[in-house]
Amino acid sequence: MTMLELKAVNKFFNGWQAVADVDLQVAAGELAVLIGTSGSGKSTTLKMINRLIEPDSGSIRLAGEDIRSQPPEVLRRRIGYAIQSVGLFPHWTVEQNIAAVPSLLKWPKARIRERVVELLELLHLPAAQYLSRYPHQLSGGQQQRVGVARALAADPEVLLMDEPFGALDPVTRGTLQQELLRIQALSGKTIVLVTHDIDEALLLGQRIVLMDKGRVVQQGSAQDFLLHPASDFVRDFVGQSDVGVRLLGLDTVASRMRPLQPVSGEPIAASATLREALSAFVARRVSSLPVIDAQGQPAGVLHFADLLPVAA
Amino acid sequence: MRLYSRVRLLLVLLSLAAALGLPLLTYAPNRLLTGQGIALLDLLQGGSGLRWLVLLPVLPLLLAPWWRPAVLRERLVYLAALWLGAALWWLAGSEATLRAGGEDALARVSFGGGFWLLQLLLLLQLAEALQVLAGGLPRRVLLLLLAQLPLLWLLLSGRLDSLSLLREYHNNQDAFDDALLRHLQLVLFSVLPALLLGGALGVWAYRSARFARLLFPVLNVLQTIPSIALFGLLIGPLAWLGRQLPGLGIAGVGLAPALLALSLYALLPVVRGTLAGLQQVPPAVREAARGMGMTPWQIMLQVETPLALPVFLSGLRITAVQAVGLAAVAALIGAGGFGAIMFQGLSASALDQVLLGVLPVLLLALLVDVAFRLLIARLKGADDHA
Repeated sequence: MTMLELKAVNKFFNGWQAVADVDLQVAAGELAVLIGTSGSGKSTTLKMINRLIEPDSGSIRLAGEDIRSQPPEVLRRRIGYAIQSVGLFPHWTVEQNIAAVPSLLKWPKARIRERVVELLELLHLPAAQYLSRYPHQLSGGQQQRVGVARALAADPEVLLMDEPFGALDPVTRGTLQQELLRIQALSGKTIVLVTHDIDEALLLGQRIVLMDKGRVVQQGSAQDFLLHPASDFVRDFVGQSDVGVRLLGLDTVASRMRPLQPVSGEPIAASATLREALSAFVARRVSSLPVIDAQGQPAGVLHFADLLPVAA
Repeated sequence: MRLYSRVRLLLVLLSLAAALGLPLLTYAPNRLLTGQGIALLDLLQGGSGLRWLVLLPVLPLLLAPWWRPAVLRERLVYLAALWLGAALWWLAGSEATLRAGGEDALARVSFGGGFWLLQLLLLLQLAEALQVLAGGLPRRVLLLLLAQLPLLWLLLSGRLDSLSLLREYHNNQDAFDDALLRHLQLVLFSVLPALLLGGALGVWAYRSARFARLLFPVLNVLQTIPSIALFGLLIGPLAWLGRQLPGLGIAGVGLAPALLALSLYALLPVVRGTLAGLQQVPPAVREAARGMGMTPWQIMLQVETPLALPVFLSGLRITAVQAVGLAAVAALIGAGGFGAIMFQGLSASALDQVLLGVLPVLLLALLVDVAFRLLIARLKGADDHA
């Protein structure tokens, strides 16, 4: 089912075309990533979905319904929204912040409290400890967790995220990216995420949409982008010299390992990417690695040659 | 001995100079003549031996500059300054009773330069001690108010009644009460409309940069017109308006032009405060509020207003303090208030009557200032923890 459909959408700012003839379809439960350089129109496209910016022409449908068929406030309460600078209300507690949209929707108090606690647990912020804190008492990563929780609070049909992890340090960013994948797998939410970081796009995006000068240049899976770039621009954007390494980043050790053989050495987790395995081969100067599963039990063996895919 | 506080040493030296070099009180045969100075040492020698007790707290104050700051010692300094301040009032009161007691005595005992200077220096000593003793603003204010309790007791027990200032008060009691009421009216009814109009203009200026560019030059020019000139300028138009619309109480002199002029002066700081308050609301917060589906009204009431409030109140604090002072000038066009007592005293060259008008204005301004500071500190405190 198509959750989100943009058709021939255009937007001009003072005669300059920010978004040009954008067609886009996002299926229900899909995580789509809009990527591009600054000024490529990706953020503008995102903001037209919740009508923070009104398109000049074209149509946008949410769950089959034209988004202009209801007042913008009503529409926005159906759509989660998380932004890079988070924008938590500094004078509200964590609980009040997360409860913002459910309160606007006039949920009963008990249900709101229940939902807030549930979301805090989902994002690994113990409720007892965080409910009554104020935003300035949180680290940057914790603030963005609360920001994501707030966006998810009213169980929206779609979640829009505008460079949500852009301001975080690499370690925190990595953790939150993993959590987003976990939440998406758990909740099956339709998510549209804007980023300029190609690695983030390759990691998160089930569908990646590359934009340049307001136009969609290519859309498809991570493999499509790495193996079949539509133009030189795409090839450059994806990082020509790193394509191989990035391809390895798309698959896990588990997908290539062989049945158990006795191999000595420090083991690697089955859930690690092949990119991490490559790094381990080179750093440890070995040609085979023992693989362990999530419980720490030996699960198999990975040989250096296994990094090359069997003729596809 | 190591000198720990240069500030205190300076305060002590100035206090000594004031106590020995300036007259503490003045004595005059009647209220219009210039008085003769009475030095502190003469005062101590006159009257009963009890008067020497005034000097009891002098030793700790003299030694304080060389003390390492510690809570116990600061308490001693606080008590010493409090004692000395109150003792000087008592000394003045009892000397006045001695020289000018009795209902119909014409002689006047007034405060000399030494008295005011010493009281000011002692207040600074108190403030120094409170830096160590009291952490937050509310505690500091409380301890400062507590230090005024002895003075209040002296006033209420009638021990200061023979002083010229109190004689002026008793002679003008009705006028004083009227002036107090009128002064408060002037402040309240000029700040209130400025608050409403200024708040609205501030919001508008925030929404439209073009409007702000038009508004601020006008307000700036208004602010630079001297108050007396503005009062004068309003006489003509308002008198005309009063003739056109009789029965509304509008006239060229009196309350109407005073309130109008004071409101105009109050406008600029209110508009500035509103605009500055709204401008420091982070854009991300506003975008998030919009993105999650708040209506413009909800954003205004639930997000922008509470976040702008501390800055807005700072603007309002300046406005209110300024209005208290300016309201005194409004007496010139017959609006009454403490200014009336002041100007009456000036024209009669009765200095103590002038003081009777000036001191309450000063006190009122201080109270308004402190009240707003406490309110703002409370708001900020509520954000910090709670």
